[in-house]
Amino acid sequence: MELDAGGTPWLSRFKDPGLARRLIARLGRELSRPVRVMEVCGTHTWSISRSGIRGALPEGLELRSGPGCPVCVTDQTDLDRMIALAGRPGLVVASFGDMVRVPGSAMSLEEARALGADVRVVYSPLDAVALAGSTGSQVVFLGVGFETTAPVAALAVEEAARRSLKNFSLFSRHKLLPPALRALISDSRTRVEGFILPGHVSTVLGRRGFDFLASELGVPAVITGFDPVDILLGLKELVGMVCRGEARVVNAYGRVVREDGNPRARAAMDRVFQPADELWRGLGPIPQSGLRLKPEFSPFDAEARFPLPDPAPRPLPRGCSCGEVLKGILAPADCPLFGRACTPERPVGPCMVSSEGACAAYYHYGWVPAREGGEGR
Amino acid sequence: MTEPVNGGAGRPGGSGEAPAGSAPAGRRIGLSHGDGGLATRRLVEEVFLSRFRHPALHALGDSAVLDWEASRGGRLAFTTDAFVVEPAFFPGGDIGRLAVCGTVNDLAVAGASPWLISAAFVLEEGLPVSELESIADSMASAAEEAGVSLVAGDTKVVQHGRGDGCYITTGGVGVIPPGLELGPHLIRPGDLILINGGLGEHGLAVLSRRPGLAFDTPVKSDCAPLNGLIRALLQASRVRFMRDPTRGGVATVLLEAAAASGLPLLLEEEALPVSPAVRAGVEVLGLDPLYLANEGKVVAVVPASEADAALSALRGHPLGREACVIGRVLEAGEAPDGISRGARGRTGGVLLLRTALGPVRRLSAFSGEPLPRIC
Repeated sequence: MELDAGGTPWLSRFKDPGLARRLIARLGRELSRPVRVMEVCGTHTWSISRSGIRGALPEGLELRSGPGCPVCVTDQTDLDRMIALAGRPGLVVASFGDMVRVPGSAMSLEEARALGADVRVVYSPLDAVALAGSTGSQVVFLGVGFETTAPVAALAVEEAARRSLKNFSLFSRHKLLPPALRALISDSRTRVEGFILPGHVSTVLGRRGFDFLASELGVPAVITGFDPVDILLGLKELVGMVCRGEARVVNAYGRVVREDGNPRARAAMDRVFQPADELWRGLGPIPQSGLRLKPEFSPFDAEARFPLPDPAPRPLPRGCSCGEVLKGILAPADCPLFGRACTPERPVGPCMVSSEGACAAYYHYGWVPAREGGEGR
Repeated sequence: MTEPVNGGAGRPGGSGEAPAGSAPAGRRIGLSHGDGGLATRRLVEEVFLSRFRHPALHALGDSAVLDWEASRGGRLAFTTDAFVVEPAFFPGGDIGRLAVCGTVNDLAVAGASPWLISAAFVLEEGLPVSELESIADSMASAAEEAGVSLVAGDTKVVQHGRGDGCYITTGGVGVIPPGLELGPHLIRPGDLILINGGLGEHGLAVLSRRPGLAFDTPVKSDCAPLNGLIRALLQASRVRFMRDPTRGGVATVLLEAAAASGLPLLLEEEALPVSPAVRAGVEVLGLDPLYLANEGKVVAVVPASEADAALSALRGHPLGREACVIGRVLEAGEAPDGISRGARGRTGGVLLLRTALGPVRRLSAFSGEPLPRIC
């Protein structure tokens, strides 16, 4: 991969601070009444906090963070299963970096590693297949993530099958976003009037994949990119629709997202996975919202290969409001633990662990209320 | 991003330094090189004594014994540092250059003229001797650049699998001239915050050669001895406080300075020097250049009235051509325009950033190594 040292003038327009400031002013004029919308994706949460957009929003426009942080929505019992797998002697667990610090009931993967478990951080499921190919040990890849990472996990399983690897398996907790958005809208406490849709997931599902929001549920939504100007263009479009009472799904990220998305990526998922009922942290069980390996790929199913007793479901830590934060019912700073008992150094809930987690993004980027008095954004 | 660039064998990948040719090809470090006997003696002579000429080292005593006059009139600065960088060879340097520069810079930012250094090596059985020679070459040339003498050393060998090629632990001694005082307690409201060049080059260059994450980037480590640059700065301007923003980057050293001074520091995002190549790299990896390591940068806080003199001194040195002002020190309790309601009322010893969009946000310490995110 070659990183462009110069950057193109056209793309740098999406970071132009002057243009962004003008868009913020126009956004204020679109807002004819108080509006609450949700950015579904953790990368948006991160970008909105980091760029300063969160501090520049006009009075009356509220942005809530959604369930689009893969680490945050991984249920505690699933996390405990992953940590139990890591504890098996002779077994190598390969994971994305975000997962290793998430506290399970007893410990995190990182703490398990300190006790002798073999936990490797990889950047792609295909790296885990390569690892299996170069070692005699059993390698289990921890599959988390949405429609963005699931196609690569599918390719990894197919690659392991092609190479007839007997020592690679996948622990799939991949999840699908559209069923989660349906579940959110049906929860009356969420009170979100529109969605900023995830740019990356949309590259796979296409604009059409989210059309049900408007056509079936009457909720407007905009697909945007991740630079400040992208986000502000999307917000202006979305706020305009909300205030006018329109419901459409608009693709404002046309330079990347196509109407029909990426059919080849979806085909890879369809070949390897089938939908299953899934437990989401914070959101609870959502029908047909998870991905499990199809029966023909069961030799690569870590759960079949290494049967584990179901961990007893344990209550979330006392006071942890990750569930409400993930549904947009509470803002991170509304949680009584935020910034006190729960910080990135000593996270209580998953929203504080992953850098995509809403709480971590608010905390790191300083949009924190002063405890001394006054409320913050 | 998944293709290792240099085959993972640990050989210098694009760093350009060729191993010295005196050892027979293929010789490797064995346990006997660490037993204190003949093999150890030979290794020390071949690899170290041939490159480092100070008589105190060549005496091969248990201690380097040195005359004391060099420090007359001044105070001593004494530092120690351990180097475990992975990979050991990276674009723009290697662990040897890093060890000398890191030690020299820790002394220089304390206001000291670096004088002596020591180095202890923990070598893993199986390390090619040519790599060790390459590392020693880099150390010798960095020491010469900085004008310091290596006067004491030690070599130990651990079994294969018990180490990671080569670890180096250094010590360093320098002399602070009489009357020079530096520290965060001297920082005053209105002071300006300066840096001598672009952020994050070392951190990104090392990440670009990590197994599993390798990618092509023109970015090279900025690893360099800063004592010459800092001498020029100290001659031109009063300086309140200096740090080299290594691990944790500029944000981390300024967070510490803010906390220790009890004053709010305000950085301007649009003033931060970040090269287009670093910007492209951090964007792909989802990292923040404010938190990436530098090995050839100094952050200095100077009185506003002396900032012009300080900047021209920095810019007159080859390592300071891109020097600039990146922020200023606020009055205690001062809330700059655009500060979020949330950051108000906490403006004691905090570090603030005015984003390019205008709003001011608080910077905080990151926990753990920054890792690329899942999606």
